[in-house]
Amino acid sequence: MELDALILSRLQFAFVIAFHIIFPAFTIGLAAFLAVCEGLWLWTKRDVFKRLYLHWIKIFALAFAMGVVSGVVMSYQFGTNWSVFADKTGSVIGPLLGYEVLTAFFLEATFLGVMLFGWKRVGNKLHFIATSAVAVGTTISAFWILSANSWMQTPAGFAIDAETGNFYATNFWDVVFNPSFPSRYVHMMLAAFITTAAVILAAGAWQVVRHHEEEPTRWQMRMAVGTLAVLMPLQIWAGHWSGEVAHEYQPAKVAAIEGWWETSEVQPTILFGFPDEENERNIAEIAIPGTSPYLFPHAEGELEGLDAFAEEDRPPVAIVFWAFRIMVGAGMAMLALGIWGCFLWWRKRIDKPGLFHLLAIPGGALGFIAVITGWVVAEVGRQPFTVYGQLRTEDSLAPVSTEQVATSLIIFMVVYAIIFTAGTVYMARIATRGFQDDAPEPPEREHRAPGTPMGAVDDPAETGPRGRHPDE
Amino acid sequence: MELDLPLIWGLLIAAAVMLYVLLDGMDLGIGMLTGFAKDDDERNLMTATIEPVWDGNETWLILGGGGLFAAFPLAYAILMPAFYLPVLLMLAALIFRGVAFEFRHKAVRKPTKLFWNGAFFYGSLTAALAQGLILGGFIQGVTVEGRSFAGGAFDWLTPFSLLVAVSVAIGYILLGACWLVLKTEGDVQRRARNRGKIALVGVAVCFAAVSLATLSIDPRVTERWGFSMAEVEFAKILPLSPIPLIGLVLTVLVWRDLSGKVSAPDWRPYVLSAGIFLSGYLGLAVSLFPNIVPFEIDIWQAAARDNALMLMFVGAAVMLPVILIYTGYVYSLFWGKVDPDEAYHD
Repeated sequence: MELDALILSRLQFAFVIAFHIIFPAFTIGLAAFLAVCEGLWLWTKRDVFKRLYLHWIKIFALAFAMGVVSGVVMSYQFGTNWSVFADKTGSVIGPLLGYEVLTAFFLEATFLGVMLFGWKRVGNKLHFIATSAVAVGTTISAFWILSANSWMQTPAGFAIDAETGNFYATNFWDVVFNPSFPSRYVHMMLAAFITTAAVILAAGAWQVVRHHEEEPTRWQMRMAVGTLAVLMPLQIWAGHWSGEVAHEYQPAKVAAIEGWWETSEVQPTILFGFPDEENERNIAEIAIPGTSPYLFPHAEGELEGLDAFAEEDRPPVAIVFWAFRIMVGAGMAMLALGIWGCFLWWRKRIDKPGLFHLLAIPGGALGFIAVITGWVVAEVGRQPFTVYGQLRTEDSLAPVSTEQVATSLIIFMVVYAIIFTAGTVYMARIATRGFQDDAPEPPEREHRAPGTPMGAVDDPAETGPRGRHPDE
Repeated sequence: MELDLPLIWGLLIAAAVMLYVLLDGMDLGIGMLTGFAKDDDERNLMTATIEPVWDGNETWLILGGGGLFAAFPLAYAILMPAFYLPVLLMLAALIFRGVAFEFRHKAVRKPTKLFWNGAFFYGSLTAALAQGLILGGFIQGVTVEGRSFAGGAFDWLTPFSLLVAVSVAIGYILLGACWLVLKTEGDVQRRARNRGKIALVGVAVCFAAVSLATLSIDPRVTERWGFSMAEVEFAKILPLSPIPLIGLVLTVLVWRDLSGKVSAPDWRPYVLSAGIFLSGYLGLAVSLFPNIVPFEIDIWQAAARDNALMLMFVGAAVMLPVILIYTGYVYSLFWGKVDPDEAYHD
């Protein structure tokens, strides 16, 4: 494969967006978790929820900063590398991204300042509102970006200008609520909550294994395993819903996911195999025949295999096929962790170190693995189009040279490697050390809030030699 | 009445970029000033003045980029490839400095602490210079063929764009220094005044140089200001002359405030400096309007479909006032001097 500007731009987009999605996926869930903890604290007055809040807000601050900076990159990528796509689709998906900035980004960014730094200036109730505003902002943001991306998967409500070849909207309602949007939005939101739960569980398990556990450790593990046990079955349903929509609108993607080469009325479920694109078959295939009527009960007529599509219209099969299986595997592992954890909770053994905890620690990565591979299925499965069936990827590229793209790709890889390593180390340091180093109380007024760098430890200003008491 | 939506969106995006310059420019200026901080305490105090608001400030840049894509997709599609390398440089720099806000407090060992302090300083400096290079390249014009950029990868790199880059960086330092005058007291404030004065001299020289150079960039600009073919048209220049004159007067006023010759409230240097930026910005607008890709494409040619502009206009009409209200609320929440004790952390 020749490394030209097209393939390098695709690699770059895949790289920067895969890096970016890690942080929103985590912060959407964590913002909701923090809002729940703060709400439970205000409601029940139980110390444990306040301690959970003061602990996780520090990790949230780090993850959010990384999400913001990697997100700025995204709003310029469309232009720098995919300018023809931007020119052609601007009148359709541009407004969606505009609404994302107007309804979500400002809300999140501005109230994050209050959430992290304003506690002593606003008091508990207003602070809870700020936390909730950030949490709501993250879900609104996901709404618009999923809508824009879903339009690229299942374009609707548009026409094409005969003169310029540009897309324009005939009905914005249909653009926003395009066919694949509802299922994909639900699927992504659940993925974010599940990913965060897996991380919170892993941090708790680490503390248990190291005998650092305290009351908040037990609570965070209970909340995490409960979330996994409840949401993972829902997620399987949402994933299946998403698959049915994809089968209706993007049959080539589903054929690649399933590894179906031949069109047939009844298709097997292929558990394992290596898609061989040259000879249009799977090597070392392990399949359960005749399962498609159960998995796609609403499908009518024949189920398309890849042979139903011209070779130049097929997505890369092996990547989609394997990314899907890794995603499903990671999901099943998280379901198992959730059920197992709930069982231990019931037997009052969730804070006794055991095999569960040893497995739950690496399990913290499962959500991220599922999110990234899930997006690979969605985006690689959409190939060779940027707007499915309408605009080819090769026709979307900006007039940039191979040298420029190679330079930028290398720079992004180096920069992201540095900040990812540092960020992960700093977050892991906080998450694993337990709760003993946290501030015992939120600042009462006119003082620094937690989550700020100095909030990470007891504020020396409160107790130090030049200290003033917060009550003064 | 038919709304001229491209014009409205041109003004809205221009306003968003202006707000970005005044708000995040101040952030970046403080980032550059941290390189001259006496010690870590002063550096922490400096960053504490912007920590609650920098994230919101940077969002105006996303609105600028996202808004350009949404309202003027053709301009976005031409300008971004034209400035591929400086945009990349800006993004990489903003990444480093954005995470450095958090990371520099989390680093425990000395080398990593130094690294993130450096990332904050150099990130701010590089982002400011890159924005100046983009602005300079924008003013001098972009080669277009059909609906695409058709110039070279380094078209933006000229003596003129380098001059603009330095000017932007010095201008941001002025804004940052004035913000420190507003938010700090004592020695830190005194040093901020002195640095602000140095930056102000730089701003005066650079802005004058950029103004003169801009006049010679393209005959259409020269003509707009009333200088054509060795002849001065007073009918054109007189109505425009308040723009540079106000900038000049404001420069003198900021100097007086910063040198403490008059007892000025601490907010005044920042507001007056913002005025200097505004006058320069208006001057540019006069020179380039209605081009959105100088000197090839105007706002009406680059605009998205009317229904897209209308949908966004409704959104902006509802949301922008709300955004401005809560942004103002958050700024007022953090109004007043930063407590020096607050900077004692970790």
